[in-house]
Amino acid sequence: MQRINAVLKRVPTLSLYIAGVVPLIWLVVLLFTGGLGVDPVKALEHRVGKIGLQFMIAVLAVTPLRRFFGLNLIKFRRALGLLTFLYIVVHLAVWLALDIQFYWAEIWADILKRPYITIGMTGFVLMLPLAVTSNNASIKRMGPAGWKMLHKLTYLAALAGALHYVWLVKGWQYEPLVYMGGIILLLGLRIRVNRKRAARI
Amino acid sequence: MAYRFKTDLKWSAVTPKTDYLNRRQLLAGAGAVGLGVTAGPAAAQIAAMSSVYSTDNEPNTLEEISSYNNFYEFGTGKGDPAKHAHQLTTDPWSVKIDGLVDKPGSYDLADILKGADLEERIYRLRCVETWSMVVPWIGFELATLLNRVGVQSGAKYVAFETLVRPEEMPYQNSRVLDWPYIEGLRLDEAMNPLTIMATGLYGEALPNQNGAPLRLVVPWKYGFKSIKSIVRISLVDEMPPTTWNNIGPDEYGFYSNVNPEVSHPRWSQSSERRIGGGIFARRRPTLPFNGYGDEVASLYDGMDLRKHF
Repeated sequence: MQRINAVLKRVPTLSLYIAGVVPLIWLVVLLFTGGLGVDPVKALEHRVGKIGLQFMIAVLAVTPLRRFFGLNLIKFRRALGLLTFLYIVVHLAVWLALDIQFYWAEIWADILKRPYITIGMTGFVLMLPLAVTSNNASIKRMGPAGWKMLHKLTYLAALAGALHYVWLVKGWQYEPLVYMGGIILLLGLRIRVNRKRAARI
Repeated sequence: MAYRFKTDLKWSAVTPKTDYLNRRQLLAGAGAVGLGVTAGPAAAQIAAMSSVYSTDNEPNTLEEISSYNNFYEFGTGKGDPAKHAHQLTTDPWSVKIDGLVDKPGSYDLADILKGADLEERIYRLRCVETWSMVVPWIGFELATLLNRVGVQSGAKYVAFETLVRPEEMPYQNSRVLDWPYIEGLRLDEAMNPLTIMATGLYGEALPNQNGAPLRLVVPWKYGFKSIKSIVRISLVDEMPPTTWNNIGPDEYGFYSNVNPEVSHPRWSQSSERRIGGGIFARRRPTLPFNGYGDEVASLYDGMDLRKHF
């Protein structure tokens, strides 16, 4: 593990940002070349949403991976978080512009009346302060303790995202439940660790 | 019960045979191009009359119709049925017709088709998920089949069942739905001339993923009512249970008529996206009864369609 960590130390985070936007660029290429099937709008909307959730899971995996396996990915966590935000913004933009097409009456009705959209929108709003403060200046200004506290909102945003997915499909489908299960597991690992720490003190 | 359909259309409105034959050639050509494969010989075409019930909306391509499906027996993804449905054996095929009928029995598909006048019915299809298509079905009126087997006077509803064969329908091993998929219509809905049993589209036999070899098409209801790959039709005296109604009674009513005024609890039904319009296609308003109100609205006279959604 030491050796892996040493190698990772030399990998610049910029490379993760670049790798992280490759799927998005690829999807845009597919979008304009007919590679997304007969309903490209829904395909794009769903695929960027799902990639957003995958990055979210990666963010949540950083701490348990370090704690249980000694794998240190902390320096990549900000990039993973901002990439999550990027994909969720694109997801929201596709919904607004291409799917519901700025029918504001329907959009407001959807946000207020449809629980899965309400919960998805809640998740997005929770991510806003996280994205805005994902920089060293904010950590300095807020102080590490306050900043850490604020960034616990990630847990709620992740749950909101998974619930949004489970809720939007017809019936109980497996895939969304797998995402939900993964996120609950990663959050659950934290609770146990915190208890242990509390016991030690 | 003699429900008769009335229309202002006259025989002069019927497309002359030469025209529709030409048009079908054009359509078949378009379908083949869309698929990017060599189509079978023209001789494989199913002979079917055109119909006054067809819409003049531009039909979707065969590729669109056969690659974007909800057929959970083969998976929940839109592309899953096209990927897996080739495993389904559709010949031999028989349909059990039972319940309150004079001539119950297990009918071979060829038997059922022998007495049927095949027509091309170009219908709008509106999915409860708010997308829509236009499909050139080949089929016959369900009423002709029901009349042949003799509906007894006590019958008030028609119940339908899809095949259960997990070795060929892989997702039936999952529990995402209770199998078999079941659906139902009120008898007058079943006898309406718009209600057809489809056996083909674009002049060819139905692709398996579209419900081969025999499926229901009820164009004024959300797509899930149009049950696929039917093996049983029962005439019954009570409203039969239906798959999606069992799963979510507050989301999927027995009637499930297309109705822009009644939202699905999780999404609005007031507009739809027509598949095939490209990335920037405008949404279009959803019409009551999917635009078939003239033909079917009277079936529901005096009913509160918010309650009986």
